[in-house]
Amino acid sequence: MTVINHLPVLLIAIPILASLLIFAAGWYDRRFAYPITLITVLFQFTASVILLLQVMQEGTIRYHLGGWAPPLGIELVIDSFNGFILAAIMLLAAATVVYARRSVEKEIEQEKIVSFYVLFQLLVTGLVGMTITGDIFNLYVFLEISSIAAYTLISASRKPHSYVASFNYLVLGSISAGFILLGIGNLYVATGTLNMAELAAILPASYGLATVHSAFLFLMIGFSIKIAFFPLHLWLPDAYTESPSAVTILISTVMAKVSVYALFRILFSVFTTAYIIDSFPVTGFILLMATVAIVAGAVLAIAQDDLKRMLAYSSISQIGYIMFALGVANQIALEGGLLHILGHAVMKGCLFMVAGMIIYRMGTSKLSELKGVAKTMPISCAAFALAGASMIGIPPTIGFMSKYYLVLGAFEAGLWPYAVVLLIGSLLAAVYIWKFIEIAYFGDHHDNHHTSVREGPLSMLAPMVCLAVLCLIFGVFVEVLMEAVGPAVILLLGGV
Amino acid sequence: MADITGILPAITIAIPLVAAVLILIVGRYENIREGVTIAAAIAMLCSILAMLPEVLSGARISISLLPMVPGGDFALRVDAFGMVFALVASILWLLNSFYAIGYMRALKEHAQTRFFFCLAVAIAAAIGIAFSANLLTLFVFYEILTIITYPLVVHVETPEAMKAGRKYLAYLLVGGIFLLAATILTYLLTGMTDFVPGGFLAGSGSDLILRILFLLFMVGFVKAAWMPIHGWLPAAMVAPTPVSAFLHAVAVVTAGVFGIVRIAGWVFGMDLMASLGLGIFLAVIASFTIITASLFALTEDNLKRRLAYSTVSQLSYILLGVSMLSIAGMTGAMAHIPIHAFMKITLFMAAGAFIVSAGKESISDMKGLFRKMPVTVLMFSAAAIGICGLPPLAGIISKIYLALGAVEGGMPILLLVIIISAVLNAAYFFPIIYTMIFEHPDDERSLDAVTEPPLTMLVPIVLTASISVLIFFFPSMPFMDLIEIAIAEITQSVIP
Repeated sequence: MTVINHLPVLLIAIPILASLLIFAAGWYDRRFAYPITLITVLFQFTASVILLLQVMQEGTIRYHLGGWAPPLGIELVIDSFNGFILAAIMLLAAATVVYARRSVEKEIEQEKIVSFYVLFQLLVTGLVGMTITGDIFNLYVFLEISSIAAYTLISASRKPHSYVASFNYLVLGSISAGFILLGIGNLYVATGTLNMAELAAILPASYGLATVHSAFLFLMIGFSIKIAFFPLHLWLPDAYTESPSAVTILISTVMAKVSVYALFRILFSVFTTAYIIDSFPVTGFILLMATVAIVAGAVLAIAQDDLKRMLAYSSISQIGYIMFALGVANQIALEGGLLHILGHAVMKGCLFMVAGMIIYRMGTSKLSELKGVAKTMPISCAAFALAGASMIGIPPTIGFMSKYYLVLGAFEAGLWPYAVVLLIGSLLAAVYIWKFIEIAYFGDHHDNHHTSVREGPLSMLAPMVCLAVLCLIFGVFVEVLMEAVGPAVILLLGGV
Repeated sequence: MADITGILPAITIAIPLVAAVLILIVGRYENIREGVTIAAAIAMLCSILAMLPEVLSGARISISLLPMVPGGDFALRVDAFGMVFALVASILWLLNSFYAIGYMRALKEHAQTRFFFCLAVAIAAAIGIAFSANLLTLFVFYEILTIITYPLVVHVETPEAMKAGRKYLAYLLVGGIFLLAATILTYLLTGMTDFVPGGFLAGSGSDLILRILFLLFMVGFVKAAWMPIHGWLPAAMVAPTPVSAFLHAVAVVTAGVFGIVRIAGWVFGMDLMASLGLGIFLAVIASFTIITASLFALTEDNLKRRLAYSTVSQLSYILLGVSMLSIAGMTGAMAHIPIHAFMKITLFMAAGAFIVSAGKESISDMKGLFRKMPVTVLMFSAAAIGICGLPPLAGIISKIYLALGAVEGGMPILLLVIIISAVLNAAYFFPIIYTMIFEHPDDERSLDAVTEPPLTMLVPIVLTASISVLIFFFPSMPFMDLIEIAIAEITQSVIP
């Protein structure tokens, strides 16, 4: 029992030690690096599922680091909201690690593999830390850990373009971190505490203060850059396109979703619905920008001729869907938003895995060079079709379910013009997904110049197929997910 | 009018889905693959026939499979009207499977595994539409049907086919969005989407909203190909003939009109439609489509495209019947579904036989075909006469009911539409028959190599034509009996 009680801290402590161990053991023999990473991430995944089940049965877990109670000490909090997010991101992280081995062998220089996995492990750990901490400054620390790891990983393939992408992200990421830190500082000035629960309790007294308003704006802008909320998305397309495949998958699913989580957490649990609707009415603006993001991201995606870049712009559009939920801010829409956090992570993870697989076998992700690729890589393309159908929102996939909740929520709030945009967005998604499907399946069956190309190795195929099937399973058994999502949304909206 | 719970509806849909997976697995061995198709078609027909006695006794077989989203569970219910569609689809799937095997092998088509896989999933979706217990379940199957028929439409993979495929998807996916919006609006107005005989919308919203809702549904059921949103159907004729025959004369288009009849009888209810003035609206659309499409058909020289316009025109007979909002009109509408299906599939199959045996697609090239392919031409002529509404084929039955309905519904002007249309039907069909039977080919020797098509194709053609005759002599078993039950269900009164 005692081990279970300390699981929250172990979730962070063990991986940090593991990343040192990877470094040390990798020094001795490079081959040790991967197994240690794999075991650690699988441990984190298992632990996160145990924690989620525990939270669903027994309610919020609060863990005081070193036995120091807040506000002096740092508190780890796992409630129904971040328990769900934690399980979702660790699922993706686990799938990514399984996928990563062969892909990394191919894309990263031999002598850099050890440091790659050290950073990989640090990135995952930083993101887990962001998810479970109950202290807003601690959140910032973990954010920096993960960001710095991410900057380095993006440039890990050591191509000129990847350096530029990494540098761009470094600059914008640092600006964002600066905003966030300023916001946190202002909050501390206004309240004298950094613990989120206490902040939520003390803040309402000073909702009228300019300090609080500016803190809110700083945090809002900072995290909007982090999640690549249009038009603050400029770092994203390059970063996603130029990174090694495994890194793309990790940052497009796990990191993107944790940043979204952090924004939700601050908007709903530090500030409250009362603040964002009454004291500082921002939801209308968010809703507007979200619809712009949905359409603009999708239109830009349609214009791309590179598979990875197309998927990157699609992410900008899909982030719009999640922010849409935030803008509507009622029970049903937020359920849809949370469902979309999981759903989008699963389907985008799968799509990027297919892109990575194509790069692994064909060395390119230019759409024009992928004609008839479904002939030679049928399983990958079938996975793409399934995850793509989910992206469009074809029932009964998870993508349909989350969009259904979003549209229903928007209708219920009387925001039907916005709901129309949402529906148009899914048509635009159909256009860019279909661009690839058409090229891959119906390109030209007359000339088979890719005869040497085969499916990728099993360790890459398996996680990809799993995620594709999950798009369907999560959709069909959406009611099971709702048991976790429902309470999470009630919590966000200020219930018990 | 008892509701009983039974697993058979789910099994019926599962059979073709399992078959689809098997087809993929054994795709390499052609004979086993085709064996799977035939076995599944027979199994599905048996499973539907097993439900027939109970449905004929007035019972409805329902099963709730899974909770889905607010607004409707994933649930099936077999009632008399659904049974009509399912019975037609399953009989024709069996016959069309033999025909397709003959056709695809005779032309040595590529990607046959994909073809039979998609066809099997498509029939599962069509049966799913017939058996849906609520709007959401119907929407799920409707979207699946859209997606899975795309590879069939673009089967030949030429640039023209890809263009037609894009048009097809654009129309049907946009339609799907409208259907989703209509479904959600229905849910918001009434809190339910279950089909209720006689409708459940009455009094749930203002007249304007209900009219808009009906329009959303009409656009949603774009598969009914009413003008001016019919453009996808002639475009889809680029598909192999078995697809045009089965999907674009039976399964897909019937799904569209089936949906509209369902909406009229089970969501709005005829009384509500009458009080909203929707009958007149529908009558205008239907009359316009019937006459305009017939005129278009006159100008087409490509046989399949002429048949497509004929389908557009004939489908609107069903809408016309609904628009009369009288018992006889509704009966005519429902009766026209099976009657038109059997006759139109005969015409398409014959058109395919002309392609396979003589390589001819244009009507002007078909001079003198009768001497070489007497049986096929005879069957074609018989079905054409049937469509014009002459005895001894089934076409006259639905026309009589429609004429009765026009009088009963107080819209005698619709009689005029029916008469004009009959003349136009004759005008575009009789020249074809004349060309094939009485004219001589320009070059006598050009027909030397032409023979009847292989038996796998010829027998289905003869069978579907014979069934069209049989329905004329024995209309009650089982179609009119089923329709009688369905009519009694929605109007609480009996057929005149």
